[in-house]
Amino acid sequence: MSISTQSENILEFKSLCRAFEDGFVAVDDFNLTIKRGEFVTFLGPSGCGKTTTLRMLAGFDLPSSGEILLNGKDITRLPANERPINTVFQRYALFPHLNIFDNIAFGLKLKKLPRTEVVKKVKKALEMVDLEGFESRTVQTLSGGQQQRIAIARAIVNEPQILLLDEPLGALDLKMRKEMQLELKSMHEKLGITFIYVTHDQEEALTMSDKIVVMSEGRIQQVGAPEDIYNEPKNAFVADFIGESNIFSGIMTGKYRVRFCGAEFTCVDDVENGTMIDAVLRPEDILITPPQEGIIRGTVTSVVFKGVHYEITVQSGKNEIVIQSTRKAQVGSQVGLTVEPEGIHIMLAEHTVNRIEAGINSGYRLDFLDGEWDFDITGLIPGSRINEADTLVDAHGDEIDASLLRVIVSIKPEDISMSDDEEAGVVRGHIINLIYKGDHYSYIVRTDEDEDFIVHDEYLWNMNDYVSLIIPKDKLQYALKK
Amino acid sequence: MGAFRFTRKQLCIPYAVFLICFVAAPLLVIIYYAFTNGEGQFSLMNLAGFFTSPYTIGTLAYSFGIAAVTTCVCLLLAYPIAYILARSQWRQKPVIVVMFVMPMWINFTLRITALKEILTVIEGNLAYHPFLNTIIGMTYDFLPFMILPMYTTLLKLDKSLLEAAADLGANPVQVFCKVTLPLSVPGMISGVVMVFLPSMTNYVVLDMLYNSTYIMGSLIGSYFSAYDWHNGSMIALVLLVIILIFTLFTNRYTDEDTGNRGGALL
Repeated sequence: MSISTQSENILEFKSLCRAFEDGFVAVDDFNLTIKRGEFVTFLGPSGCGKTTTLRMLAGFDLPSSGEILLNGKDITRLPANERPINTVFQRYALFPHLNIFDNIAFGLKLKKLPRTEVVKKVKKALEMVDLEGFESRTVQTLSGGQQQRIAIARAIVNEPQILLLDEPLGALDLKMRKEMQLELKSMHEKLGITFIYVTHDQEEALTMSDKIVVMSEGRIQQVGAPEDIYNEPKNAFVADFIGESNIFSGIMTGKYRVRFCGAEFTCVDDVENGTMIDAVLRPEDILITPPQEGIIRGTVTSVVFKGVHYEITVQSGKNEIVIQSTRKAQVGSQVGLTVEPEGIHIMLAEHTVNRIEAGINSGYRLDFLDGEWDFDITGLIPGSRINEADTLVDAHGDEIDASLLRVIVSIKPEDISMSDDEEAGVVRGHIINLIYKGDHYSYIVRTDEDEDFIVHDEYLWNMNDYVSLIIPKDKLQYALKK
Repeated sequence: MGAFRFTRKQLCIPYAVFLICFVAAPLLVIIYYAFTNGEGQFSLMNLAGFFTSPYTIGTLAYSFGIAAVTTCVCLLLAYPIAYILARSQWRQKPVIVVMFVMPMWINFTLRITALKEILTVIEGNLAYHPFLNTIIGMTYDFLPFMILPMYTTLLKLDKSLLEAAADLGANPVQVFCKVTLPLSVPGMISGVVMVFLPSMTNYVVLDMLYNSTYIMGSLIGSYFSAYDWHNGSMIALVLLVIILIFTLFTNRYTDEDTGNRGGALL
């Protein structure tokens, strides 16, 4: 059993971390297993840590902690030149002082292969990328797309166990990019080696990969096949990043019943009644109907022609809904919207705690919810204190610039209470959602500043009631935002 | 009334005047003197004289020798400095670069005078090692001109090329020999052009360090101070042609190999 898994899994990342000297954590607790021959894509916005992970795998960067195992062997600290891994670089990185032949033969010559074999292999690699006879050309005479192909040929000619591709198509125009996507995919099938591909382009990832690793802020958000990632995003980030989507916070109201956008929908996910959820609706899954036939109603606020479809924005109450439809709608017209149960993807809500971000002002007080709040700033930073000159200093006595710090204030839903006396609380808002949870009601109160608070209260209020929220200071918890 | 505006042609006039007065006209004067004799008649005697006189050829060879050794020493000294500076991550890097370049801001004769005093203390009498002293003086004078272009070239060197080489299996020594070194050639050539040619003619260094052997600069000076405009001009002209050929050659080399058009001097 262990032998078969050994041969099946080529690569394993074990709690890989990379923190830079300035404290920025580029990659945080990265765990992943990659099968032999897989086409894996690291997908995420810039700064999500995908390139840093790739660089650690290639050997250009060292992790702060964690391990990289290749065929079960630890290669974490092996120099780049000793790894059976080759890279296709973002800007190609072809050697400008060498011609195409010498570029491709670079790795082979270092291995001291006989000249005839080098010539043969270079020829084969050039055939692979459809650039036969380019041996004596110089790098400068090639177009971007051709340079890209040479960069691929230069990497695959060494027959690496793993080929790394760092946003290789980023500099090409759309048409060329689409062509190269398909070519890379067929090349992957022909060569049978493991491809690890880095991109921020979700469409590229969905087109080519066997497995997508969605990353954000140094962490893996979801790993799965393209269909799974698209159809069943695990959290709001993935849903938002992969394709366009509408995300609404809502609550389960029964078996296969969910409430969001002020209406109740049937869905296919069986989640416990009363659970806070995020509902994801793909723009192409929402249907426009006559107003009386829709589950919810709204006003069309914009229509943009996108070639294949129209992108239509509908305002329904406080919610903005984006719809893709092949049929045009009139701006300003009333429409109804429906969605099939299969079109609603339910994700468990990430927070059942209210979290609000706040800044710190010059008096070391919290700028929070329209007011200044006293709090103990020294509790946030271990070893810090306020010195004689009323300045915040760290353990070494150096001043800390508090204006750069952001604080996450959290408060539990059951610690907030509501009042209809507008002056009683610090913030005011409308109740936009309520659900009875056996012994209490769970409300979502949207404040005038568009901040949503989850409030648990044993008394019944009505939808759209305007309430003020009483937040007891001693129940607030503070944490430093990283 | 519309505002008066200069046309492009009008704006060119000052530059054209400058070029005519200070480049074209002196060049024509040199060419005229080089190909005439004392009576003002056309003559190839000066040209023939240059290449038949063992003294002139000897001076040319000595100048080449001084220039070649100076250039080599500068190259060997400057490359490691430029390499370390360009690759280091120090925050104080610009300060260190400025420190290497700073001698250029101090008056040239002052620097050589200071050097002379130091060498006198070390050697006792400067006359014992005229060639060595000249090389030291020239190197001291021209080193910044070698460091700067090389530093710039190495700084611009795309780090991903080094990573690509390592990725393809090159160890650090191979990365240096196969990528860094060939790609720093344009910077080296710029440096060589800026050091080699001036050191062929910079006779002030020799004068001040008591090296009585003539180089090309001193030869021209000596003809001119003897009012022999014709032979002096011919030597200047021959030097000019040598420099021109040299520059064309190096420019072509940098062009072809790196696509860095006009990377050197022209």
